[in-house]
Amino acid sequence: MAETRSLEGRPPAERPLSPHLQIYRPMLTMMMSIVHRITGIGLYFGTLLLAWWINSAAGPNGYGKFQAFAGSWIGRLILFGYTWALIHHMLGGIRHLIWDTGHGLGPNEREWLAAANLVGSIAITVLLWIIGLLTVGGPQ
Amino acid sequence: MTAPRHIRTPLGRVRGFGAAKSGTGHFWMQRLTAIANVPLTIAVIVIMIMLLGRNQPAVAQILGSPPVAIIMLLFIASIMTHMRIGMQVIIEDYVQDEFAKVGLLIANNFFVAIVGLTSLYGILKLSFGL
Repeated sequence: MAETRSLEGRPPAERPLSPHLQIYRPMLTMMMSIVHRITGIGLYFGTLLLAWWINSAAGPNGYGKFQAFAGSWIGRLILFGYTWALIHHMLGGIRHLIWDTGHGLGPNEREWLAAANLVGSIAITVLLWIIGLLTVGGPQ
Repeated sequence: MTAPRHIRTPLGRVRGFGAAKSGTGHFWMQRLTAIANVPLTIAVIVIMIMLLGRNQPAVAQILGSPPVAIIMLLFIASIMTHMRIGMQVIIEDYVQDEFAKVGLLIANNFFVAIVGLTSLYGILKLSFGL
């Protein structure tokens, strides 16, 4: 950066730069905002799995490969994470839509909504996986 | 008559596009697709649970059947817009270098077009039995 000098020729005073994340105490709503973005990024790249799944089903060969991936430990881990990201991002989106109406922005309400978002996403993900595992059985 | 309190031209004021030159179109599309995504995502989760553990012919038949295929097409179409403009905001927020930013914005559009249209193609193929 080029050296800047004030009009009088003195070096400028050492002032703090604009504060960023590391300055603030982590708060639930702030963390949830970050997680909303991260889950969005995850879902973005996860559409590759969606495209693979659909197109493997569209041909006679290849569906076995997808099923082998989806049934493996690593596949199940990725799909579990994907399920959670999807539910979390969806509930977070609903939270934002509520905020868009001007409701739920009070100090207690926004904390409550953020906590409900987190607890809800974990609960729904676990529930969906219990249903799923009861349908297909445990890891192969 | 008092002097106007702004320096924007009358046309600029009427258009209301502001500094981003795109007005509220981005915000509106983000919300519109978000609202659409909620029932569509729930429907797609139900479809996926229905298809768990089934073999390829069964999956192909259900996925290509009209109600399921239409839900899948709507879902893919809605998430394509939602993910494209969502990633656009992330790139605009964090990538400072103009050259890299424009490159990533182009890549974002290409990624969504390729992955999205590939998915749409798969559903149409299943549906029409090509």
